[in-house]
Amino acid sequence: MTETRTPSRRTSSGGRINRETSLNFTFNGKRYQGLAGDTLASALMANGVDVLNASFKYARPRGLVAAGAEEPNAILQLGSTESGQVPNVRATQQALYDGLEAHAVSGWVKSQKDLMSRFLPQVGKLGGKFMPPGFYYKTFMAPASLWMTYEKYIRKAAGLGRSPLENDPDIYDHLHQHTDVLVIGSGPAGLLAALVAARSGARVILCDEQEELGGSLLSMSGDCLDQTLDGQPASEWRDAVLAELAACDDVLLLPRTTANGYHDHNFVTLHERRTEHQADIAPVNSRGARQARSRLHRVRAHRVIMATGAHERPLVYSHNDVPGNMIAGAVTTYLTRFGVAAGDKLVLSVNNDHAYRAALAWKAAGRDVVAIADARSAPSGALVEAARAAGIRIITGAAVIEARGDRRVTGARVAAIDIDGFKVTGEVEELVCDTIASSGGYSPVVHLAAHTGARPVWSDEVHGFLPALGAPMLKGFDACGAANGSFSLEDVLVAAYASGVAAVEACEYPVADTIVPAVSALVEAPMLPLYQVPHDKPTARAPKQFVDLQNDVTAAGIELATREGFESIEHVKRYTAMGFGTDQGKLGNVNGMAVAARCLGQTIPDTGTTVFRPNYTPVTFGAIVGRHCGALFDPMRYTAMQEWHVAQGAKFEDVGQWKRPWYYPQGSEDMHAAVERECLAVREKVGVLDASTLGKIDITGRDAREFLNRIYTNAWAKLAVGKARYGLMCHDDGMVMDDGVTTCLAEDHFLMTTTTGGAAAILEWMELWHQTEWPELDVQMTSVTDHWATLTVTGPEARALVGELTDIDLDRDNFKFMEVREGMIADIPGRIFRISFTGELSYELNVPANYGQYVWETLFAKGEKYGLTPYGTETMHVLRAEKGFIIVGQDTDGSMTPEDLGMQWCVGYNKPYSWIGKRALTRPDTRRDDRKQMIGLIPRRKKAGDERIVLQEGAQIVFDPDHAIPMPMVGHVTSSYYSPTLGHGFALAVVKGGSARIGETVFLPQADGSTLEAEITAPVFYDKKGARQNV
Amino acid sequence: MQRYSGFGLVKHALSHHEHWQKVWRSPEPKKEYDVIIVGGGGHGLATAYYLAKEHGITNIAVIEKGWLGGGNTARNTTIVRSNYLWDESAALYEHSMKLWEGLSQDLNYNVMFSQRGVLNLGHTLQDMRDIQRRVNANRLQGIDGEVLDTQQVQDLVPAMDCSASTRYPVLGASWQPRGGVARHDAVAWGFARGADSLGVDLIQQTEVTGFRKQDGAIVGVETSRGFIGAKRVGVVTAGNSGVMAEKAGFRLPLESHPLQALVSEPLKPILDTVVMSNHVHGYVSQSDKGDLVIGAGIDGYVGYGQRGSYPTIEHTVQAIIELFPIFSRVRMNRQWGGIVDTCPDACPIISKTPVKGLFFNCGWGTGGFKATPGSGNIFAWTLAKGRAHPLAEPFAYDRFNSGKLIDEHGAAGVAH
Ligand SMILES: Cc1cc2nc3c(=O)[nH]c(=O)nc-3n(C[C@H](O)[C@H](O)[C@H](O)COP(=O)(O)OP(=O)(O)OC[C@H]3O[C@@H](n4cnc5c(N)ncnc54)[C@H](O)[C@@H]3O)c2cc1C
Repeated sequence: MTETRTPSRRTSSGGRINRETSLNFTFNGKRYQGLAGDTLASALMANGVDVLNASFKYARPRGLVAAGAEEPNAILQLGSTESGQVPNVRATQQALYDGLEAHAVSGWVKSQKDLMSRFLPQVGKLGGKFMPPGFYYKTFMAPASLWMTYEKYIRKAAGLGRSPLENDPDIYDHLHQHTDVLVIGSGPAGLLAALVAARSGARVILCDEQEELGGSLLSMSGDCLDQTLDGQPASEWRDAVLAELAACDDVLLLPRTTANGYHDHNFVTLHERRTEHQADIAPVNSRGARQARSRLHRVRAHRVIMATGAHERPLVYSHNDVPGNMIAGAVTTYLTRFGVAAGDKLVLSVNNDHAYRAALAWKAAGRDVVAIADARSAPSGALVEAARAAGIRIITGAAVIEARGDRRVTGARVAAIDIDGFKVTGEVEELVCDTIASSGGYSPVVHLAAHTGARPVWSDEVHGFLPALGAPMLKGFDACGAANGSFSLEDVLVAAYASGVAAVEACEYPVADTIVPAVSALVEAPMLPLYQVPHDKPTARAPKQFVDLQNDVTAAGIELATREGFESIEHVKRYTAMGFGTDQGKLGNVNGMAVAARCLGQTIPDTGTTVFRPNYTPVTFGAIVGRHCGALFDPMRYTAMQEWHVAQGAKFEDVGQWKRPWYYPQGSEDMHAAVERECLAVREKVGVLDASTLGKIDITGRDAREFLNRIYTNAWAKLAVGKARYGLMCHDDGMVMDDGVTTCLAEDHFLMTTTTGGAAAILEWMELWHQTEWPELDVQMTSVTDHWATLTVTGPEARALVGELTDIDLDRDNFKFMEVREGMIADIPGRIFRISFTGELSYELNVPANYGQYVWETLFAKGEKYGLTPYGTETMHVLRAEKGFIIVGQDTDGSMTPEDLGMQWCVGYNKPYSWIGKRALTRPDTRRDDRKQMIGLIPRRKKAGDERIVLQEGAQIVFDPDHAIPMPMVGHVTSSYYSPTLGHGFALAVVKGGSARIGETVFLPQADGSTLEAEITAPVFYDKKGARQNV
Repeated sequence: MQRYSGFGLVKHALSHHEHWQKVWRSPEPKKEYDVIIVGGGGHGLATAYYLAKEHGITNIAVIEKGWLGGGNTARNTTIVRSNYLWDESAALYEHSMKLWEGLSQDLNYNVMFSQRGVLNLGHTLQDMRDIQRRVNANRLQGIDGEVLDTQQVQDLVPAMDCSASTRYPVLGASWQPRGGVARHDAVAWGFARGADSLGVDLIQQTEVTGFRKQDGAIVGVETSRGFIGAKRVGVVTAGNSGVMAEKAGFRLPLESHPLQALVSEPLKPILDTVVMSNHVHGYVSQSDKGDLVIGAGIDGYVGYGQRGSYPTIEHTVQAIIELFPIFSRVRMNRQWGGIVDTCPDACPIISKTPVKGLFFNCGWGTGGFKATPGSGNIFAWTLAKGRAHPLAEPFAYDRFNSGKLIDEHGAAGVAH
């Protein structure tokens, strides 16, 4: 059974809702109906749902305060399935759709347990006393051991909504936009500025966070007090402008799109919600594809015009948080736009004319306006007169000082006040009402203008902060309308026109004729600054006067902070948490500053300014990530032979972005068995490694050779064409950063290889040096890593096998070690390098990548009779370690010099021009002989089976295992394996002064408390003379 | 000093909180002090506190150009751990860790130091080798730590995707149970209150604009409120240290980079520990308020504008969603940036300088919050005795000339 209530709060006519289309939704499990065009907030209000949440600190009941982005209370959990959960949705910004399910985010409201919901608000009222700002810092200190327990309960009470527990089914897109003019906000200011720009031929993007474009024009009441533009009702003018803009080719209109961040150089992020008004998970389109839930437009604009309007400030009075307390403009908006009255009996408390609209609209909707308390002694504008004419009681020089009620306003205490003396001056009158609307003036929405650090500037005229236009961080940035402090429609349009023209001129288009529409007159009298309303008790003793509703910050809390010496507004904010909510203090910040200023006896500008940070309103992480998640988080790189590897059941290892075959298990082999088999195959017959992932950089130019001389530690002057050489690179701190073989293909043409993981960084490094330090060198660099497939054929049978594929003469004397040849390989033109990383006779076949798999398969077709075995990175590691060849990044860690690695043969101190790292390598500490040096280790074998001991990679080495903790460490194991060739375990390691300690014993304390012993050896374990590669 | 306690809180509640004392005074600067600390961040305030408390020097001014604790102290993501690789840094951070463990009681101010444990994830075989190496070192240094496998990580962090199907599967992690987070503002305020109560003058809204020297020795500082004398000056100005060194007439090998952080909207508890990943490049913890507190690495360029570039935010969020795909529908609330002073070897400089009596404590880069008590403690010793505290000796600025670097890069790509 559907449990629905007659929407008694709905007015009989008017508004932009579609009264024909009703939509079903649930809140806390109860079913309700709203209308198409409703927000979740207006639908809840229409159904008479007052309490939407409990406040986070005091658990006080809270309801709707506002109608837009500034709403602090109505933060709900949305979602009908686990994966569709959306935490912390602001009900005022969520369009209603059929089937919407929402929940309160706080315990007792959600559970609707009656006892709790009666009891807890009372606790909140009392408990509040013991939770002043900073109470955490002053308590829970004893006993120290209990803090984690206290904290557990503190954490339990924390948080608003909850994260989904299942993965997000939705997708999100990124768009990159370039435009002449970006107009943010589509009220009268934004519309006119966009129109001027569009008519002049500029490319324009106009965005607005609301469901429809039109801004404040959407909340016009449609009565005689509405102003007309060129004699047209405002809504008609809006429709006409939008129609004209929509017809322009170069205009992009983006409703439901929030400009969330303004960054340097007019870079703006726009978050366009595409489907959130339809469902919690994006619908599937007619082609069966899931639509993007939202788009993030990354916009570069030549000019940005901020026309974001203003947020009304509530007045700060006691119990101003009880549901039924709202800002005046929201009351008007709910009535005029959504056809919902917030209640039946209204008391309005204001300091300006504009807010009178709420009372007039209320009255027009047939509701009772009990009274308007106006802080001004003699209010006089046109709206005031209209209220008088309508017979509304106006109490002048007065304000609501306190609301009555728990779960809903039941009355208002109104009294005459003395603002300067900050006191109540007259008798307190008790008025019966269910709604209190207040207005303390309007704060321009300057957030975006502050994102790059340009601090907003206080204006005594506007009684609010204005964007710091003209500041260096706001180059190409303009603001108009209420966002820049113009509040009358006439002023707004004049300013908007000027902004539009300035933008067009900056973009160097001829300004097209546009006439600022004539506006019918409406006289408004000035406002009287009022923020916190005095109470008949002093602030510390008065019932709570809330400044920041989401964070439960009260005027008394701010007063206490200043009393305790937190005088900077930044300290006040941090001590009280004011402005740190998901609304970033849109309603409360200025009021809070006013309270602090009052307590400190200074002005608001003296107290400081306010900073805002992106995001203006929260943005879904998914939208920021776009498609860069899951498989696309980071490019996954495969070699040309990937299919083959997969078919052979290879296991893969991540190396940089590459997936490299790690080993190729056969049958039930584990890694050790597979690796032993692969190792022996290479040592005894022939194996092949897919080495395509090694970085390859093609270096050309007249000065290529000289460039290598400066980048590498060793000398390149004499490397002849057709010859290859191993090179070592140091960082400018003298520490080894990469290595690889570089080949001279022609006098001005070299091919460099780098480590797999280092390729991109090394290219960038070389470009950095070339472009910033040595631009005079004629050298060009191109990454060719994935142009080539590389097959390393290695083992005693390598020559015979490769000989079956190529026309290149492989004769040992004609094609020597460290040489390159070009020729045909399996009928594909390619290169063969005779270099070896295994110590065996090796040929590295390079063919264009597209032929990689073909050549690989051809090799296997010929290789069967030689016992050709594919091997992976693990076997490669074992084989090279047996030879003492280092792997940069595994055997080095950014603290090893070439000498530490025993590679002094690879350093050319006498090269004529200095090279990177040379100066650092000559510092006294890098020359010390007790530095950690690369050595070999062989575990001590004490009993049978010990030959299987493999030291742990990363094991720490000590000389004295009996030393107390902290135990001096002298090195660590960098690489360690079982060698099937040697028949025992062995390791590469670094040890302090190790090269002078060959034969000594070192100790390796283990995690389980035991200690292993090992003997220091030279780091070459196999074929010390290097004979095998030279056959 | 008014002592804080639960009982006191109740008492004050009954008198409407009208009798709380000021946490610190706002004194006029004197003409001369025994010691001037430039920079009222956590490190500067801790230095002043320990100077007064442990060395009996109380004629001290802390001069801060903005508001106390408003620099990186107010902007960091508050990760505290001591599981560094090299002995020199591990000893330094462990000294700090021990002070953290009694700090709330020592200061009579709850800094909310929460030892909820820090995980450093490994995603590649090399990551795991590095993790083994670091945890092995920590064990022999006397620092708690363990290497966890994938399942153990999953058990600690149920919200994380530890499956084998991610782009960079979690292969394991190092786990330091004593690591955690603290409340940054409270740290600054607690030290400030402690220092003030011992007689230290905290001078806010006053910028040090130069150093006055005589015969190669410091005699005081020029400030926006005039000259203030002192024969011993400690500069603790984080991202501004390069500028300060230049004013003092020498250069330091520092680069000042933006470092950004961001928070989600508050959520119900979902993440109990600190999770850091060098490889995927991001880290996250959940604050007591429920926000996911997220960060990653520095922006590549140098500068002093306290904001970074958007692509860094994008990459950071990508990393978090790679680790925690279920957070995709959670929303980002705010982002901000600070300027961090990075050294070539990712280690601080705690050192005397070419100017006699002038000492610098800087270069903490992306990871100095965790060092706040320790750094202040040994810098106070250094200033009091006029020579480096034994734990500070390896961090002398001349190590860049000698080459005696302590390179933590290898161990901590994301060095918080
Ligand atoms: C986004 C971000 C995240 C971080 N995350 C972590 C983390 O998780 N864990 C961690 O351990 N560390 C982290 N850090 C690093 C940490 O914040 C810093 O290393 C640490 O806070 C430095 O403390 P400090 O007191 O030296 O600096 P600050 O707090 O910056 O204090 C320096 C003070 O000097 C003042 N000053 C500068 N120049 C002058 C002058 N001329 N005259 C007077 N005063 C001056 C400044 O105003 C400032 O208040 C992070 C940093 C950032 C920016």
